[in-house]
Amino acid sequence: MKSAVIVFPGSNCDRDMAVALEHATGAKPQMVWHRETELPDGLGLIALPGGFSYGDYLRSGAIGANSPIMREVKAAADRGVAILGVCNGFQLLTEAGLLPGALLRNAGIDFICRDVALTVASSQTAFTSRYQSDEAITIPVAHHDGNYFADDETLDRIEGEGRVAFRYGESVNGSARDIAGIVNETGNVLGMMPHPERMIEPAHGGMDGKRLFDGLVEALG
Amino acid sequence: MKTRIHVTLKNGVLDPQGKAIHHALESLGFDGVNDVRQGKLIELDLDDSVSDEDIEAMCRKLLANMVIENFEIVRPQTEDA
Repeated sequence: MKSAVIVFPGSNCDRDMAVALEHATGAKPQMVWHRETELPDGLGLIALPGGFSYGDYLRSGAIGANSPIMREVKAAADRGVAILGVCNGFQLLTEAGLLPGALLRNAGIDFICRDVALTVASSQTAFTSRYQSDEAITIPVAHHDGNYFADDETLDRIEGEGRVAFRYGESVNGSARDIAGIVNETGNVLGMMPHPERMIEPAHGGMDGKRLFDGLVEALG
Repeated sequence: MKTRIHVTLKNGVLDPQGKAIHHALESLGFDGVNDVRQGKLIELDLDDSVSDEDIEAMCRKLLANMVIENFEIVRPQTEDA
């Protein structure tokens, strides 16, 4: 399966993401600069990596969400192409309107960089098929603006529709209802603050992120 | 023409930066500060041809995130008044 990683000025997890995608798909992903106006043909998966696109100026993800390539990413999402946004990628997806809500400054103000306990809230998404619902896993976070916010009506809706993919299993950043990752209405766009690409080899201290990529590639056929 | 945009967090949206500023003011010995909310001031130097609708569109599309923020457009005449 062909995949791509979108690279913004200030992305810093793009190469880690590329390694994770290559392991899972067996082929190197295309690295696509954000100023591009077209995506490569035949993509099955597009990743928006972590980092600090445009230095988090204005709001995290706000400037990058208006980069030329994002029009094509939105069009691809509408066609059903799988989109994975991690950390800054999640912030980009909310700013671009592909996912509801917003990521606020962490409630405790500090930048948080450590392994955290997560609970798989739903194994019924293409991104979580290799996990069990309610399974406890460990994946690192590294963010300053990871405090998920949406109004109660939106939160009720995404919970009712089973769109919460991951929750924090411990107090991390003040996120509403401990939400760590959500999918869109059609289930082909996932945004999450934790970094699964940093938990794919034994040397990383765990492999809990690997199943996300392997399961996704399997689900996408 | 300089136009200022005030971007503020909506009521009910947690503002940990405002809280930190509040605590710092208290630790400096300033009494009577009930609450602090931090926002942004964005100054635009605009051609006269730019309409109020254009500025409002700029705010909605980019300068403010309507999920969490409100904005106020302060044009020079209203500021001087």
